[in-house]
Amino acid sequence: MSNTPNTPSTILSVKNLDKTYRGGFQALKNINLDIQKGEILALLGPNGAGKTTLISTICGIVRSTAGTVTVAEFDIIKDFRKTRSMIGLVPQELTTDSFETVFNTVSLSRGLFGKAPNPAHIEKVLKSLSLWEKKDKMIMTLSGGMKRRVLIAKALSHEPEILFLDEPTAGVDVELRKDMWQIVRELKSTGVTIILTTHYIEEAEEIADRVGVINNGELIVIEEKTKLMAKLGKKQLILELTSSLDEIPSSLSEYALELAPSGLQLIYTFSTQVENSSISPLLDQLKKSGVEIKDLNTTQTSLEDIFVSLVHEPLK
Amino acid sequence: MQFINIYAVLAIYKFEMSRMKRTLVQSIVTPVITTSLYFIVFGAAIGSRIDQVEGVNYGAFIVPGLIMLNLLTNSISNASFGIYMPKFVGTVYELLSAPVSTLEVILGYVGAAASKSILLGMIILLTASFFIDLQIAHPVIMMLFIVLTAVSFSLFGFILGIWADNFEKLSVVPALVVTPLVFLGGSFYSTDMLPPVWQTVSLMNPVLYLVSGLRWSFYEISEVNVLVSLLSIGIFMIACLAVVFMIFKTGYKLRA
Repeated sequence: MSNTPNTPSTILSVKNLDKTYRGGFQALKNINLDIQKGEILALLGPNGAGKTTLISTICGIVRSTAGTVTVAEFDIIKDFRKTRSMIGLVPQELTTDSFETVFNTVSLSRGLFGKAPNPAHIEKVLKSLSLWEKKDKMIMTLSGGMKRRVLIAKALSHEPEILFLDEPTAGVDVELRKDMWQIVRELKSTGVTIILTTHYIEEAEEIADRVGVINNGELIVIEEKTKLMAKLGKKQLILELTSSLDEIPSSLSEYALELAPSGLQLIYTFSTQVENSSISPLLDQLKKSGVEIKDLNTTQTSLEDIFVSLVHEPLK
Repeated sequence: MQFINIYAVLAIYKFEMSRMKRTLVQSIVTPVITTSLYFIVFGAAIGSRIDQVEGVNYGAFIVPGLIMLNLLTNSISNASFGIYMPKFVGTVYELLSAPVSTLEVILGYVGAAASKSILLGMIILLTASFFIDLQIAHPVIMMLFIVLTAVSFSLFGFILGIWADNFEKLSVVPALVVTPLVFLGGSFYSTDMLPPVWQTVSLMNPVLYLVSGLRWSFYEISEVNVLVSLLSIGIFMIACLAVVFMIFKTGYKLRA
Protein backbone atom coordinates (compact mmCIF):
# COMPACT_ATOMS: atom_id res chain seq x y z
CA MET A 1 0.00 0.00 0.00
CA SER A 2 1.38 3.41 -0.85
CA ASN A 3 0.64 6.78 0.58
CA THR A 4 1.47 10.34 -0.31
CA PRO A 5 4.14 10.89 -2.93
CA ASN A 6 7.65 11.87 -1.94
CA THR A 7 7.38 15.60 -1.36
CA PRO A 8 10.05 18.12 -0.36
CA SER A 9 8.90 17.84 3.25
CA THR A 10 9.29 14.07 3.26
CA ILE A 11 11.96 13.28 5.82
CA LEU A 12 11.80 9.49 5.64
CA SER A 13 10.88 7.36 2.69
CA VAL A 14 10.48 3.59 2.63
CA LYS A 15 10.17 1.92 -0.78
CA ASN A 16 9.23 -1.70 -1.46
CA LEU A 17 10.77 -2.87 1.79
CA ASP A 18 10.88 -6.61 2.42
CA LYS A 19 12.38 -8.52 5.29
CA THR A 20 12.57 -12.27 5.47
CA TYR A 21 14.40 -13.72 8.47
CA ARG A 22 16.83 -16.62 8.14
CA GLY A 23 14.21 -19.12 9.25
CA GLY A 24 12.02 -18.06 6.32
CA PHE A 25 9.57 -15.90 8.25
CA GLN A 26 8.59 -12.87 6.17
CA ALA A 27 8.24 -10.03 8.65
CA LEU A 28 7.80 -7.17 6.15
CA LYS A 29 6.04 -7.38 2.79
CA ASN A 30 6.57 -4.60 0.28
CA ILE A 31 6.25 -1.71 2.70
CA ASN A 32 5.92 1.74 1.13
CA LEU A 33 5.77 4.68 3.45
CA ASP A 34 6.60 8.39 3.38
CA ILE A 35 6.86 10.30 6.60
CA GLN A 36 6.56 14.06 6.63
CA LYS A 37 8.84 16.30 8.61
CA GLY A 38 7.40 17.25 11.98
CA GLU A 39 4.50 14.82 12.04
CA ILE A 40 3.60 12.21 14.62
CA LEU A 41 2.88 8.87 13.00
CA ALA A 42 1.45 6.05 15.07
CA LEU A 43 1.99 2.52 13.82
CA LEU A 44 -0.61 0.16 15.14
CA GLY A 45 -0.64 -3.56 14.82
CA PRO A 46 -1.02 -6.76 16.79
CA ASN A 47 1.97 -8.58 18.27
CA GLY A 48 4.30 -9.92 15.59
CA ALA A 49 2.78 -7.68 12.91
CA GLY A 50 6.19 -6.28 11.90
CA LYS A 51 6.21 -2.90 13.65
CA THR A 52 9.49 -3.40 15.49
CA THR A 53 11.11 -5.03 12.45
CA LEU A 54 10.20 -1.97 10.38
CA ILE A 55 11.69 0.41 12.94
CA SER A 56 14.76 -1.77 13.44
CA THR A 57 15.37 -1.92 9.69
CA ILE A 58 15.17 1.85 9.32
CA CYS A 59 17.54 2.28 12.27
CA GLY A 60 20.08 -0.22 10.91
CA ILE A 61 19.64 -2.94 13.51
CA VAL A 62 18.00 -5.36 11.08
CA ARG A 63 19.10 -5.83 7.47
CA SER A 64 16.42 -5.56 4.82
CA THR A 65 15.97 -8.31 2.25
CA ALA A 66 14.82 -5.92 -0.49
CA GLY A 67 13.81 -2.32 -0.95
CA THR A 68 15.27 1.02 0.05
CA VAL A 69 14.99 3.44 2.91
CA THR A 70 16.09 7.07 2.68
CA VAL A 71 16.32 9.66 5.40
CA ALA A 72 16.37 13.24 4.14
CA GLU A 73 17.12 11.65 0.75
CA PHE A 74 20.21 9.84 2.06
CA ASP A 75 20.29 6.07 1.72
CA ILE A 76 20.46 4.29 5.09
CA ILE A 77 23.11 1.86 3.83
CA LYS A 78 25.37 4.04 1.68
CA ASP A 79 25.08 7.13 3.83
CA PHE A 80 24.63 5.41 7.17
CA ARG A 81 26.60 8.04 9.07
CA LYS A 82 24.32 10.85 7.92
CA THR A 83 21.06 8.97 8.32
CA ARG A 84 21.77 7.35 11.66
CA SER A 85 22.99 10.59 13.21
CA MET A 86 19.56 12.05 12.40
CA ILE A 87 17.66 9.27 14.15
CA GLY A 88 17.01 8.56 17.81
CA LEU A 89 15.52 5.26 18.93
CA VAL A 90 13.73 4.38 22.14
CA PRO A 91 13.47 0.60 22.20
CA GLN A 92 10.55 -1.39 23.45
CA GLU A 93 12.48 -3.23 26.15
CA LEU A 94 13.94 -1.42 29.16
CA THR A 95 17.50 -2.15 28.10
CA THR A 96 19.89 -0.11 30.22
CA ASP A 97 23.38 -0.28 31.66
CA SER A 98 22.27 -1.08 35.20
CA PHE A 99 25.52 -0.19 36.92
CA GLU A 100 26.11 3.07 35.09
CA THR A 101 24.88 6.50 36.16
CA VAL A 102 22.16 8.32 34.27
CA PHE A 103 24.48 11.14 33.21
CA ASN A 104 27.20 8.82 31.94
CA THR A 105 24.90 6.58 29.95
CA VAL A 106 23.24 9.57 28.28
CA SER A 107 26.66 11.08 27.55
CA LEU A 108 27.75 7.79 25.96
CA SER A 109 24.78 7.97 23.59
CA ARG A 110 25.65 11.49 22.52
CA GLY A 111 29.21 10.46 21.72
CA LEU A 112 28.15 7.30 19.90
CA PHE A 113 26.05 9.38 17.56
CA GLY A 114 29.00 11.58 16.68
CA LYS A 115 28.33 14.65 18.78
CA ALA A 116 30.97 16.46 20.83
CA PRO A 117 30.43 16.33 24.60
CA ASN A 118 27.96 18.99 25.67
CA PRO A 119 27.07 18.77 29.36
CA ALA A 120 24.72 21.76 28.99
CA HIS A 121 22.61 19.90 26.42
CA ILE A 122 22.58 16.73 28.51
CA GLU A 123 21.45 18.83 31.47
CA LYS A 124 18.66 20.35 29.37
CA VAL A 125 17.47 16.94 28.19
CA LEU A 126 17.59 15.46 31.69
CA LYS A 127 15.72 18.42 33.14
CA SER A 128 13.05 18.23 30.45
CA LEU A 129 12.47 14.60 31.42
CA SER A 130 12.57 15.27 35.17
CA LEU A 131 15.75 13.23 35.45
CA TRP A 132 18.21 15.89 36.54
CA GLU A 133 17.88 15.01 40.23
CA LYS A 134 18.73 11.41 39.33
CA LYS A 135 21.73 12.18 37.14
CA ASP A 136 24.26 10.58 39.50
CA LYS A 137 22.09 7.61 40.39
CA MET A 138 22.88 4.17 39.06
CA ILE A 139 20.20 3.15 36.58
CA MET A 140 19.46 -0.04 38.49
CA THR A 141 18.10 2.06 41.35
CA LEU A 142 15.47 3.76 39.17
CA SER A 143 11.84 2.76 38.73
CA GLY A 144 10.58 1.35 35.45
CA GLY A 145 9.08 4.69 34.47
CA MET A 146 12.31 6.51 35.17
CA LYS A 147 14.26 3.94 33.16
CA ARG A 148 11.90 4.60 30.25
CA ARG A 149 12.73 8.30 30.58
CA VAL A 150 16.45 7.48 30.59
CA LEU A 151 15.97 5.66 27.28
CA ILE A 152 14.22 8.71 25.86
CA ALA A 153 17.02 10.93 27.17
CA LYS A 154 19.58 8.69 25.47
CA ALA A 155 17.67 8.93 22.21
CA LEU A 156 17.47 12.71 22.48
CA SER A 157 21.06 13.22 23.60
CA HIS A 158 22.33 13.77 20.07
CA GLU A 159 19.53 16.10 19.00
CA PRO A 160 17.87 13.80 16.44
CA GLU A 161 15.47 15.04 13.81
CA ILE A 162 13.52 11.79 13.83
CA LEU A 163 12.57 9.93 16.95
CA PHE A 164 11.33 6.35 16.96
CA LEU A 165 9.41 5.31 20.04
CA ASP A 166 8.78 1.58 20.10
CA GLU A 167 5.84 1.11 22.44
CA PRO A 168 6.93 3.94 24.75
CA THR A 169 4.12 3.48 27.23
CA ALA A 170 4.03 -0.30 27.41
CA GLY A 171 3.62 -1.29 31.03
CA VAL A 172 3.59 2.22 32.48
CA ASP A 173 0.85 3.64 34.66
CA VAL A 174 -1.79 6.04 33.40
CA GLU A 175 -0.17 9.12 34.92
CA LEU A 176 3.21 8.38 33.40
CA ARG A 177 1.56 7.59 30.08
CA LYS A 178 0.02 11.05 30.07
CA ASP A 179 3.38 12.57 30.99
CA MET A 180 4.88 10.68 28.07
CA TRP A 181 2.26 12.05 25.70
CA GLN A 182 3.08 15.53 26.91
CA ILE A 183 6.79 14.88 26.23
CA VAL A 184 5.93 13.72 22.72
CA ARG A 185 3.83 16.82 22.07
CA GLU A 186 6.66 19.05 23.30
CA LEU A 187 9.13 17.26 21.04
CA LYS A 188 6.82 17.76 18.10
CA SER A 189 6.63 21.46 18.91
CA THR A 190 10.43 21.60 18.55
CA GLY A 191 10.18 20.15 15.05
CA VAL A 192 11.10 16.54 15.81
CA THR A 193 9.39 13.96 13.62
CA ILE A 194 8.01 11.15 15.75
CA ILE A 195 7.15 7.63 14.75
CA LEU A 196 5.70 5.54 17.51
CA THR A 197 4.41 2.03 17.67
CA THR A 198 1.74 1.22 20.14
CA HIS A 199 -0.81 -1.31 21.22
CA TYR A 200 -2.85 1.43 22.82
CA ILE A 201 -5.29 2.82 20.31
CA GLU A 202 -6.10 5.50 22.83
CA GLU A 203 -2.49 6.65 22.52
CA ALA A 204 -2.69 6.98 18.75
CA GLU A 205 -6.03 8.70 19.05
CA GLU A 206 -4.60 11.13 21.58
CA ILE A 207 -1.34 12.23 19.96
CA ALA A 208 -0.92 11.02 16.39
CA ASP A 209 -1.37 13.10 13.26
CA ARG A 210 -1.45 10.01 11.04
CA VAL A 211 -2.12 6.39 11.78
CA GLY A 212 -0.68 3.37 10.01
CA VAL A 213 -1.88 -0.15 10.60
CA ILE A 214 0.49 -3.07 10.05
CA ASN A 215 -0.75 -6.62 10.00
CA ASN A 216 1.16 -9.74 8.94
CA GLY A 217 4.03 -7.60 7.67
CA GLU A 218 1.83 -5.46 5.43
CA LEU A 219 0.98 -1.83 5.85
CA ILE A 220 -2.74 -2.20 5.32
CA VAL A 221 -3.69 1.42 5.83
CA ILE A 222 -2.04 4.75 6.46
CA GLU A 223 -4.15 7.81 6.78
CA GLU A 224 -4.57 11.04 8.69
CA LYS A 225 -6.16 10.12 11.96
CA THR A 226 -9.19 12.36 11.56
CA LYS A 227 -9.75 11.26 7.95
CA LEU A 228 -9.39 7.61 8.90
CA MET A 229 -11.93 7.96 11.65
CA ALA A 230 -14.26 9.83 9.34
CA LYS A 231 -13.80 7.35 6.53
CA LEU A 232 -14.09 4.17 8.52
CA GLY A 233 -15.92 5.37 11.59
CA LYS A 234 -19.55 4.54 12.12
CA LYS A 235 -22.19 6.13 14.29
CA GLN A 236 -25.18 4.52 15.86
CA LEU A 237 -28.38 6.22 16.87
CA ILE A 238 -30.20 4.20 19.50
CA LEU A 239 -33.87 5.02 19.83
CA GLU A 240 -35.65 3.95 23.03
CA LEU A 241 -39.31 3.27 22.25
CA THR A 242 -42.26 3.86 24.58
CA SER A 243 -43.90 0.57 23.51
CA SER A 244 -42.39 -2.53 21.99
CA LEU A 245 -42.57 -3.36 18.29
CA ASP A 246 -42.96 -6.82 16.79
CA GLU A 247 -41.33 -5.72 13.56
CA ILE A 248 -39.99 -2.62 11.85
CA PRO A 249 -42.79 -0.82 10.01
CA SER A 250 -42.46 -1.13 6.23
CA SER A 251 -42.59 2.67 5.92
CA LEU A 252 -39.11 2.72 7.51
CA SER A 253 -37.59 0.13 5.17
CA GLU A 254 -35.35 2.67 3.41
CA TYR A 255 -33.38 3.16 6.66
CA ALA A 256 -30.81 0.65 7.91
CA LEU A 257 -32.69 0.00 11.10
CA GLU A 258 -32.33 -2.90 13.44
CA LEU A 259 -34.86 -3.90 16.06
CA ALA A 260 -33.45 -5.02 19.39
CA PRO A 261 -34.71 -8.45 20.61
CA SER A 262 -36.67 -6.69 23.37
CA GLY A 263 -38.55 -4.76 20.70
CA LEU A 264 -37.99 -1.59 22.71
CA GLN A 265 -34.95 -0.28 20.82
CA LEU A 266 -34.43 0.70 17.22
CA ILE A 267 -30.78 0.95 16.20
CA TYR A 268 -29.84 3.10 13.25
CA THR A 269 -26.25 2.65 11.98
CA PHE A 270 -24.80 5.23 9.63
CA SER A 271 -21.39 6.29 8.35
CA THR A 272 -19.78 9.40 9.80
CA GLN A 273 -19.18 10.45 6.20
CA VAL A 274 -22.91 10.64 5.61
CA GLU A 275 -24.45 13.94 6.49
CA ASN A 276 -26.32 13.82 9.78
CA SER A 277 -29.25 15.33 7.91
CA SER A 278 -30.45 11.73 7.32
CA ILE A 279 -31.49 11.65 10.97
CA SER A 280 -34.17 14.34 10.68
CA PRO A 281 -36.11 12.54 7.91
CA LEU A 282 -35.86 9.35 9.91
CA LEU A 283 -37.31 11.03 12.98
CA ASP A 284 -40.10 12.54 10.85
CA GLN A 285 -40.84 9.14 9.32
CA LEU A 286 -40.94 7.51 12.76
CA LYS A 287 -43.53 10.06 13.88
CA LYS A 288 -45.60 9.49 10.75
CA SER A 289 -45.43 5.73 11.32
CA GLY A 290 -46.74 6.16 14.85
CA VAL A 291 -43.56 5.02 16.54
CA GLU A 292 -43.12 7.00 19.74
CA ILE A 293 -39.65 7.67 21.10
CA LYS A 294 -38.92 7.83 24.82
CA ASP A 295 -35.22 8.63 24.59
CA LEU A 296 -32.29 8.52 22.20
CA ASN A 297 -28.52 8.43 22.29
CA THR A 298 -25.65 8.12 19.84
CA THR A 299 -22.37 6.20 19.88
CA GLN A 300 -19.35 6.54 17.61
CA THR A 301 -16.77 3.89 16.74
CA SER A 302 -13.37 4.51 18.27
CA LEU A 303 -10.03 4.08 16.56
CA GLU A 304 -9.86 0.79 18.39
CA ASP A 305 -12.98 -0.47 16.62
CA ILE A 306 -11.50 0.68 13.32
CA PHE A 307 -8.22 -1.05 14.09
CA VAL A 308 -9.93 -4.30 14.99
CA SER A 309 -12.03 -4.21 11.84
CA LEU A 310 -8.97 -3.45 9.70
CA VAL A 311 -6.91 -6.24 11.16
CA HIS A 312 -9.67 -8.76 10.73
CA GLU A 313 -10.95 -7.47 7.41
CA PRO A 314 -8.30 -5.40 5.62
CA LEU A 315 -9.24 -2.66 3.20
CA LYS A 316 -9.83 -3.85 -0.30
CA MET B 1 31.42 14.62 6.46
CA GLN B 2 33.77 13.42 9.14
CA PHE B 3 36.20 10.68 8.16
CA ILE B 4 36.06 9.01 11.54
CA ASN B 5 33.50 9.29 14.33
CA ILE B 6 36.12 10.17 16.91
CA TYR B 7 33.50 11.13 19.49
CA ALA B 8 32.07 7.61 19.30
CA VAL B 9 35.51 6.06 19.76
CA LEU B 10 36.18 8.25 22.78
CA ALA B 11 32.71 7.66 24.21
CA ILE B 12 33.05 3.87 23.99
CA TYR B 13 36.60 3.99 25.34
CA LYS B 14 35.66 6.21 28.28
CA PHE B 15 32.57 4.17 29.04
CA GLU B 16 34.52 0.90 29.04
CA MET B 17 37.32 2.36 31.15
CA SER B 18 34.78 3.59 33.69
CA ARG B 19 33.81 -0.04 34.26
CA MET B 20 37.38 -0.61 35.42
CA LYS B 21 37.05 2.21 37.95
CA ARG B 22 33.88 0.63 39.30
CA THR B 23 35.68 -2.68 39.78
CA LEU B 24 38.97 -1.30 41.04
CA VAL B 25 39.56 -4.14 43.52
CA GLN B 26 38.96 -6.79 40.87
CA SER B 27 40.96 -4.88 38.26
CA ILE B 28 44.06 -3.90 40.21
CA VAL B 29 44.19 -5.29 43.73
CA THR B 30 43.47 -8.88 42.66
CA PRO B 31 46.35 -9.11 40.13
CA VAL B 32 48.74 -7.51 42.63
CA ILE B 33 47.83 -10.13 45.26
CA THR B 34 47.92 -12.98 42.72
CA THR B 35 51.32 -11.88 41.41
CA SER B 36 52.68 -11.61 44.92
CA LEU B 37 51.46 -15.14 45.63
CA TYR B 38 53.18 -16.43 42.50
CA PHE B 39 56.45 -14.90 43.66
CA ILE B 40 56.04 -16.27 47.16
CA VAL B 41 55.18 -19.79 45.94
CA PHE B 42 57.23 -20.10 42.74
CA GLY B 43 59.91 -17.54 43.41
CA ALA B 44 60.68 -17.96 47.10
CA ALA B 45 59.44 -21.44 48.07
CA ILE B 46 60.11 -23.45 44.90
CA GLY B 47 62.58 -21.08 43.28
CA SER B 48 64.99 -21.35 46.19
CA ARG B 49 65.40 -25.06 45.33
CA ILE B 50 65.87 -24.44 41.59
CA ASP B 51 69.14 -23.37 40.11
CA GLN B 52 69.28 -20.53 37.69
CA VAL B 53 67.45 -21.16 34.40
CA GLU B 54 69.60 -20.30 31.40
CA GLY B 55 71.65 -18.05 33.62
CA VAL B 56 68.65 -16.21 35.08
CA ASN B 57 67.42 -16.41 38.65
CA TYR B 58 64.18 -18.47 38.69
CA GLY B 59 62.12 -15.70 40.30
CA ALA B 60 63.17 -13.31 37.53
CA PHE B 61 62.76 -16.02 34.88
CA ILE B 62 59.02 -16.38 35.52
CA VAL B 63 58.25 -12.62 35.29
CA PRO B 64 57.67 -12.56 31.49
CA GLY B 65 55.51 -15.70 31.74
CA LEU B 66 53.52 -14.19 34.55
CA ILE B 67 52.95 -10.98 32.61
CA MET B 68 51.95 -12.98 29.54
CA LEU B 69 49.52 -15.13 31.55
CA ASN B 70 47.77 -12.04 32.89
CA LEU B 71 47.89 -10.17 29.58
CA LEU B 72 46.27 -13.02 27.71
CA THR B 73 43.57 -13.91 30.20
CA ASN B 74 42.68 -10.30 31.00
CA SER B 75 42.70 -9.08 27.41
CA ILE B 76 40.32 -11.86 26.47
CA SER B 77 38.02 -11.42 29.45
CA ASN B 78 37.97 -7.60 29.25
CA ALA B 79 37.10 -7.50 25.57
CA SER B 80 34.71 -10.45 25.54
CA PHE B 81 32.82 -9.10 28.54
CA GLY B 82 32.80 -5.60 27.03
CA ILE B 83 30.80 -6.66 23.97
CA TYR B 84 28.96 -9.64 25.47
CA MET B 85 27.21 -7.60 28.17
CA PRO B 86 25.53 -5.14 25.77
CA LYS B 87 24.35 -8.18 23.82
CA PHE B 88 23.17 -9.88 26.98
CA VAL B 89 21.25 -6.92 28.43
CA GLY B 90 20.13 -5.63 25.03
CA THR B 91 21.91 -2.26 24.98
CA VAL B 92 23.75 -3.37 21.84
CA TYR B 93 20.82 -1.90 19.87
CA GLU B 94 22.39 1.50 20.40
CA LEU B 95 25.76 0.47 18.99
CA LEU B 96 24.09 -1.14 15.98
CA SER B 97 21.96 1.92 15.26
CA ALA B 98 24.77 4.44 15.79
CA PRO B 99 26.76 6.01 12.95
CA VAL B 100 29.89 4.02 13.78
CA SER B 101 32.10 1.92 11.52
CA THR B 102 33.73 -1.40 12.39
CA LEU B 103 37.06 0.36 12.86
CA GLU B 104 35.56 2.77 15.37
CA VAL B 105 33.92 -0.04 17.32
CA ILE B 106 37.27 -1.87 17.43
CA LEU B 107 39.17 1.24 18.48
CA GLY B 108 36.71 1.86 21.30
CA TYR B 109 36.14 -1.60 22.72
CA VAL B 110 39.44 -3.29 21.88
CA GLY B 111 41.38 -0.13 22.70
CA ALA B 112 39.85 0.00 26.18
CA ALA B 113 40.34 -3.73 26.80
CA ALA B 114 43.96 -3.57 25.64
CA SER B 115 44.61 -0.43 27.72
CA LYS B 116 43.39 -2.19 30.85
CA SER B 117 45.59 -5.19 30.13
CA ILE B 118 48.65 -3.05 29.43
CA LEU B 119 48.06 -1.20 32.69
CA LEU B 120 47.76 -4.55 34.41
CA GLY B 121 51.03 -5.69 32.82
CA MET B 122 52.73 -2.60 34.22
CA ILE B 123 51.26 -3.25 37.67
CA ILE B 124 52.61 -6.80 37.59
CA LEU B 125 55.99 -5.54 36.49
CA LEU B 126 55.98 -3.05 39.36
CA THR B 127 54.88 -5.70 41.84
CA ALA B 128 57.63 -8.02 40.59
CA SER B 129 60.21 -5.32 41.16
CA PHE B 130 59.45 -5.54 44.89
CA PHE B 131 60.44 -9.21 44.93
CA ILE B 132 63.31 -9.43 42.47
CA ASP B 133 66.00 -7.33 40.89
CA LEU B 134 64.45 -6.70 37.48
CA GLN B 135 66.62 -6.26 34.41
CA ILE B 136 65.02 -5.28 31.13
CA ALA B 137 67.48 -5.50 28.25
CA HIS B 138 65.17 -4.13 25.55
CA PRO B 139 62.37 -2.04 27.10
CA VAL B 140 61.04 -0.89 23.71
CA ILE B 141 60.77 -4.47 22.43
CA MET B 142 59.17 -5.43 25.74
CA MET B 143 56.52 -2.73 25.29
CA LEU B 144 56.03 -3.78 21.69
CA PHE B 145 55.31 -7.36 22.77
CA ILE B 146 53.03 -6.23 25.58
CA VAL B 147 51.04 -3.89 23.33
CA LEU B 148 50.80 -6.35 20.42
CA THR B 149 49.73 -9.17 22.73
CA ALA B 150 47.18 -7.02 24.55
CA VAL B 151 45.67 -5.76 21.29
CA SER B 152 45.67 -9.16 19.56
CA PHE B 153 44.09 -11.03 22.43
CA SER B 154 41.61 -8.23 23.05
CA LEU B 155 40.57 -8.68 19.42
CA PHE B 156 40.32 -12.40 20.05
CA GLY B 157 38.23 -11.73 23.17
CA PHE B 158 36.00 -9.40 21.19
CA ILE B 159 35.34 -12.18 18.69
CA LEU B 160 34.65 -14.55 21.57
CA GLY B 161 32.20 -12.07 23.11
CA ILE B 162 30.27 -11.81 19.85
CA TRP B 163 30.28 -15.57 19.30
CA ALA B 164 29.22 -16.47 22.84
CA ASP B 165 25.52 -16.65 23.52
CA ASN B 166 25.83 -17.66 27.15
CA PHE B 167 28.22 -17.15 30.06
CA GLU B 168 29.56 -20.69 29.83
CA LYS B 169 30.84 -20.15 26.30
CA LEU B 170 32.34 -16.88 27.46
CA SER B 171 34.48 -18.58 30.09
CA VAL B 172 35.18 -21.91 28.42
CA VAL B 173 37.82 -20.67 25.94
CA PRO B 174 39.94 -18.73 28.47
CA ALA B 175 39.66 -21.49 31.08
CA LEU B 176 40.04 -24.58 28.94
CA VAL B 177 42.20 -23.34 26.09
CA VAL B 178 44.16 -20.20 26.88
CA THR B 179 45.22 -20.86 30.48
CA PRO B 180 46.51 -24.42 29.73
CA LEU B 181 48.37 -23.09 26.68
CA VAL B 182 50.02 -20.42 28.82
CA PHE B 183 51.04 -22.91 31.50
CA LEU B 184 52.36 -25.31 28.85
CA GLY B 185 54.00 -22.51 26.88
CA GLY B 186 57.10 -22.18 28.98
CA SER B 187 55.77 -19.48 31.28
CA PHE B 188 57.28 -21.04 34.37
CA TYR B 189 59.97 -23.26 32.87
CA SER B 190 62.31 -23.54 29.93
CA THR B 191 61.37 -26.12 27.32
CA ASP B 192 64.97 -27.33 27.61
CA MET B 193 63.83 -28.92 30.88
CA LEU B 194 61.39 -31.15 28.91
CA PRO B 195 62.14 -34.45 27.15
CA PRO B 196 62.94 -33.91 23.41
CA VAL B 197 59.51 -35.14 22.26
CA TRP B 198 57.68 -32.61 24.45
CA GLN B 199 60.09 -29.88 23.35
CA THR B 200 58.89 -30.50 19.78
CA VAL B 201 55.23 -30.61 20.87
CA SER B 202 55.72 -27.33 22.73
CA LEU B 203 56.72 -25.63 19.48
CA MET B 204 53.13 -26.17 18.32
CA ASN B 205 51.91 -24.04 21.22
CA PRO B 206 51.46 -20.45 19.95
CA VAL B 207 51.80 -19.00 23.43
CA LEU B 208 55.36 -20.32 23.61
CA TYR B 209 56.33 -17.78 20.93
CA LEU B 210 54.86 -14.93 22.94
CA VAL B 211 56.48 -15.89 26.22
CA SER B 212 59.77 -16.54 24.46
CA GLY B 213 59.72 -13.18 22.72
CA LEU B 214 58.87 -11.26 25.87
CA ARG B 215 61.51 -13.13 27.83
CA TRP B 216 64.08 -12.23 25.19
CA SER B 217 63.26 -8.55 25.68
CA PHE B 218 64.09 -8.97 29.38
CA TYR B 219 67.09 -11.32 29.42
CA GLU B 220 68.04 -11.94 25.78
CA ILE B 221 67.24 -15.62 26.15
CA SER B 222 64.55 -17.26 24.04
CA GLU B 223 63.14 -20.59 22.92
CA VAL B 224 62.62 -19.33 19.35
CA ASN B 225 64.00 -16.43 17.36
CA VAL B 226 62.51 -13.14 18.54
CA LEU B 227 61.59 -12.17 14.96
CA VAL B 228 59.59 -15.38 14.62
CA SER B 229 57.79 -14.41 17.83
CA LEU B 230 57.00 -10.93 16.49
CA LEU B 231 55.85 -12.36 13.18
CA SER B 232 53.57 -14.86 14.97
CA ILE B 233 51.81 -12.24 17.05
CA GLY B 234 51.55 -9.97 13.99
CA ILE B 235 49.88 -12.70 11.94
CA PHE B 236 47.53 -13.54 14.80
CA MET B 237 46.51 -9.89 15.10
CA ILE B 238 45.83 -9.55 11.37
CA ALA B 239 43.78 -12.76 11.41
CA CYS B 240 41.69 -11.50 14.33
CA LEU B 241 41.18 -8.14 12.62
CA ALA B 242 40.01 -9.89 9.47
CA VAL B 243 37.52 -11.97 11.46
CA VAL B 244 36.13 -8.88 13.25
CA PHE B 245 35.67 -7.06 9.94
CA MET B 246 33.90 -10.12 8.51
CA ILE B 247 31.62 -10.27 11.55
CA PHE B 248 30.51 -6.67 11.04
CA LYS B 249 30.22 -7.09 7.29
CA THR B 250 27.98 -10.12 7.61
CA GLY B 251 26.30 -9.07 10.84
CA TYR B 252 27.13 -12.48 12.36
CA LYS B 253 25.33 -12.83 15.71
CA LEU B 254 24.75 -9.07 15.78
CA ARG B 255 22.27 -8.10 13.07
CA ALA B 256 19.26 -10.16 12.10
